[in-house]
Amino acid sequence: MASLSPDSAAVSALAALDTFPKLLLDHAARRGDKPANREKDYGIWQSWSWRQVADEVAALANGLAAMGFRRGDKLTIIGDNRPRLYWAIAATQALGGVPVPIYQDAGADEMAFVLDHAEVRFAIAEDQEQVDKLLAVKDRIPGLETIIYSDGRGMRHYAQPFLHAYADIQAKGRDVAAAQPDFLAGEIAKGKGADLAIILYTSGTTGQPKGVMLSYDNLIVTARNAIAREGLRADEEVLAYLPMAWIGEHIFSYAQAYCAGFCVSCPESSATVMLDLRELGPTYFFAPPRIYETILTQVMIRIEDAGWLKRRMFEYFMALARRVGARILDGERVALADRLLYRLGQFLVYGPLKNTLGFSRIRLAYTAGEAIGPDMFSFYRSLGINVKQLYGMTESSVFICIQPDGEVKADTVGTPVQDVDVRIDEGGEVLFRGPGVFQGYYKNDTATVAAKRSDGWVHTGDAGIIDADGHLKIIDRARDVGHLRGGALFAPKFIENKLKFFPFIKEAVAFGDGHDFVTALVNIDLEAVGNWAERRGITYGSFQELSADERVYDLIRDCIDKVNADLATETQLAASQIRRFLVLHKELDADDGELTRTRKVRRRFIGERYAPLIAALNGGRDSAHIETEVTFEDGRKGMLKADLKISEAKTVPVAAPAAVLRKAS
Amino acid sequence: MSSVKTIGETLLKADGITLAFGGVKALTDISVEIKRHEILAIIGPNGAGKTSMLNVINGFYHPQHGTITFKGATRSQMRPYEAAAQGIARTFQNVALFKGMTTLDNIMTGRLLRMRKNMFWQALYWGPAKKEELAHRAFVEKIIDFLEIQAIRKVPVGKLPYGLQKRVELARALAMEPELLLLDEPMAGMNVEEKEDMCRFILDVNDEFGTTIALIEHDMGVVMDISDRVVVLDYGRKIADGTPDAVRGDQQVIDAYLGVAHG
Repeated sequence: MASLSPDSAAVSALAALDTFPKLLLDHAARRGDKPANREKDYGIWQSWSWRQVADEVAALANGLAAMGFRRGDKLTIIGDNRPRLYWAIAATQALGGVPVPIYQDAGADEMAFVLDHAEVRFAIAEDQEQVDKLLAVKDRIPGLETIIYSDGRGMRHYAQPFLHAYADIQAKGRDVAAAQPDFLAGEIAKGKGADLAIILYTSGTTGQPKGVMLSYDNLIVTARNAIAREGLRADEEVLAYLPMAWIGEHIFSYAQAYCAGFCVSCPESSATVMLDLRELGPTYFFAPPRIYETILTQVMIRIEDAGWLKRRMFEYFMALARRVGARILDGERVALADRLLYRLGQFLVYGPLKNTLGFSRIRLAYTAGEAIGPDMFSFYRSLGINVKQLYGMTESSVFICIQPDGEVKADTVGTPVQDVDVRIDEGGEVLFRGPGVFQGYYKNDTATVAAKRSDGWVHTGDAGIIDADGHLKIIDRARDVGHLRGGALFAPKFIENKLKFFPFIKEAVAFGDGHDFVTALVNIDLEAVGNWAERRGITYGSFQELSADERVYDLIRDCIDKVNADLATETQLAASQIRRFLVLHKELDADDGELTRTRKVRRRFIGERYAPLIAALNGGRDSAHIETEVTFEDGRKGMLKADLKISEAKTVPVAAPAAVLRKAS
Repeated sequence: MSSVKTIGETLLKADGITLAFGGVKALTDISVEIKRHEILAIIGPNGAGKTSMLNVINGFYHPQHGTITFKGATRSQMRPYEAAAQGIARTFQNVALFKGMTTLDNIMTGRLLRMRKNMFWQALYWGPAKKEELAHRAFVEKIIDFLEIQAIRKVPVGKLPYGLQKRVELARALAMEPELLLLDEPMAGMNVEEKEDMCRFILDVNDEFGTTIALIEHDMGVVMDISDRVVVLDYGRKIADGTPDAVRGDQQVIDAYLGVAHG
């Protein structure tokens, strides 16, 4: 008989590559000279080919094995995005172990919980800072035996016998590999797709973090499906700058990189990300809405500082882009004159602007995590940057829905990816099932059963609807959608997103469920408002002082008035215009528990913490006193007291509900 | 800090230094020794002569009496650039950087004394001159990495906040690869967090590069934490010299700080 057709040969070869270490060896063998990782160090981009990465991973894995690492052992990884930490994931998996990355800014208690709960034996830390945190909790975690550090700076006087340098472990690994050259290949061959690949602890909005267990099949099948849908290639450029403990980062910078074979670059430091982004010019980019917001804010500030001519050019061509840019990107018909003008704008404004941002080469950009403001979303798309929303979570190995090219609608998250089913249950909650569905929460069957039902459907906790085109639309967290006392619908996130589009507003929290009207707490954006204040000669000594300034209140009131005018046009939400607001005296901070580590607002916690403020907002008073405990960066705590002014916003009178009904019918 | 570090022999010895401006005596018969690898703090009330002492050590002021012995060579007069060439670097109480130049360029100026090629070759930027420049840049990059200022590499220093300017100034001093580093109030005007960062950098410099450090500082917490030895000046005279603990309990020092009538 004839041999297998090339197609089926390729399929079976692909099926054999069912773990990341196997994929790594395959890249090293087939295309070993291609770059796999880059890192900016000492001001220069250093790079490692797939063959070099395979060698580094092998050295580390052999070294770990020599240190007593056994199949099934857990190894924690903590630090900023560094090639060495990505290699640590692969080395752990090569030995049949389970990596457990921890958020690099996690406090001692969070860290101790994960280390203890996951029964971690080994830890690989980036530097002295992370080692110090591990040492601080080590007494509480008897299971933690070995700590390995990557950067030896400041570690000279640490004499603990369980502390080892990364390079020393690799050197040991190279020694033992010479004695038993086939050991590692055997260990890698033992791994299979159904094995546990990683445990990622979710920064839950309530309660203790939960360890989401994902298998190689979960990650690899999901990654491959998304690669096929988006046509990702082996020559994509990616900048790895989001926390390694977050599923998105793990999929984009590890799972997809290993499946598609593209190069992942690490920034010089967390402070240089924007500069590195510009130098690198990624083709595939992911950012939560917050990053797009920050970038847009910076653009707006710089345009306001620019000369008259540049400002007028920007305004003219951005108006054009808003009108036709997104339609050109979607391949729709656009008048020839507009096309030519857009081409000119490309040359004069859009091109240079994208180049400044590092977005010149972007073929595909995603955003997820939170709904992105429609205005902000269309800003990027109108520039010709293919930003798309996706919907997913740790429990789904990210991809549930992606906006299809050519069908991008600002208020939906697109259609389900291959092999994933989505439906809405009677309570309006979004459910899904598919190849990415997690194995369970580690040592937490109660939570597993609550989320992953016996019929295979996973409950997301999000409220959503499916529109006429089959696109999923997420309204809010299922439990956050509420009603005003009058019965009108109140979707806080919808209002907050509108507020946050203004560059002056960094964060906003709206309250209204069970109240007579909607109120809001607002955080100013220190950079944007500071710049605005500087140009007007307004002096201030602190965030608190600037926030309390009368003129800043006027500035914020203008923003809120515009949002109210906007809300008045939405039939269902006209009643939730913001009646009263105040500007907070401190920035909402993850260290104080007000935001999650992925910087989502913890609405309930804020509601309790600032209860006196909310009561004053809903009462008739024009100022409120608040005392809050704050945590400083070094971990110490202090009390912050302030008297905050409450201000009224202008609301647009709404037609009587009956009139609305008549209009709607 | 564990105490594995060993303090070596005398690196610099100031002997019987007397400095007067007209009739005003800034320093009277001061003798101080700085030992290799130590962190020496010079403290004292305002006008005690601390900065004058640093200025004498790096040759900016010339004392009327007394000698300075640095690495075995005794001299009564030295110019600042000679001091720099011999391995003494310093930072200033009021930041003295080139405001319009970038962080990187400012630090590169710290390498000037070590550049061997003349301006002609440097302007050509070719052959040996290029190789030399690249080697210096590589060294400067190590310092940038060490002091964690990568993000401001290309930012003009005039635009930087004060705490970062102080760090750039330290970087420039380190670029000279000094044996003795003089820091004039490295933490003045900083907030708690910036002070903690600076303390860590000073300890790390002392530890990693083995650089000897003499510093003037007003924050007693900082002084007691990081220095191996403390010299106390008052009205141009040395009134105490010893470990932080010894100096803290010294009656003369307490009097000087709390104010006792001077006879």
